[in-house]
Amino acid sequence: MNKSGLVDALANRANLTQRRAEDVINITFNSMKESILSDDRIEIRGFGSFVNRKYGSYTGRNPKTGEHIKVKSKRLPFFKVGKELRERVNKKK
Amino acid sequence: MTKADLIENVSERVGFYKKEASEIVELVFEVLKENLSTGENVKISGFGNFMVRRKKTRKGRNPQTGDEIQISERNVVTFKTSQVLKNALNNR
Repeated sequence: MNKSGLVDALANRANLTQRRAEDVINITFNSMKESILSDDRIEIRGFGSFVNRKYGSYTGRNPKTGEHIKVKSKRLPFFKVGKELRERVNKKK
Repeated sequence: MTKADLIENVSERVGFYKKEASEIVELVFEVLKENLSTGENVKISGFGNFMVRRKKTRKGRNPQTGDEIQISERNVVTFKTSQVLKNALNNR
């Protein structure tokens, strides 16, 4: 499922026009993106949480050429799955 | 940021009463959870992909007692950040 599939499903379930469902999805993910960009932690109960983790720089290798390359330090969001979602992906039908 | 902040943003920016916005935001995450529960991945361009991965049974150890234990087969959800968001986060 991609973003437009999510918009369709939401429009259906919440009885919204395509246009408004699209606005909801865009605002939801844009808000989460802004939050990540400002290093704020996101917690959605039952779904999961996002926290930025810092990774130090290291010397890596280009696996094709074997050449040494310096990898700069970086920040990446880490997603921790929420209890409800963790249990639901393991429910046997 | 919590769900309450998302509800606030959706309510103000799309124009819903708080109560409606609250139900709608719940539905967004419900749809996401339902999809992942059926084993289907969810791709949100510009944000990232939520993927369901199947883990096989493996052996582990109880770190306290050192006893060997069997870790059962399970499904886990992983998140891969989109390249666009990664770049934005690292000013590249």
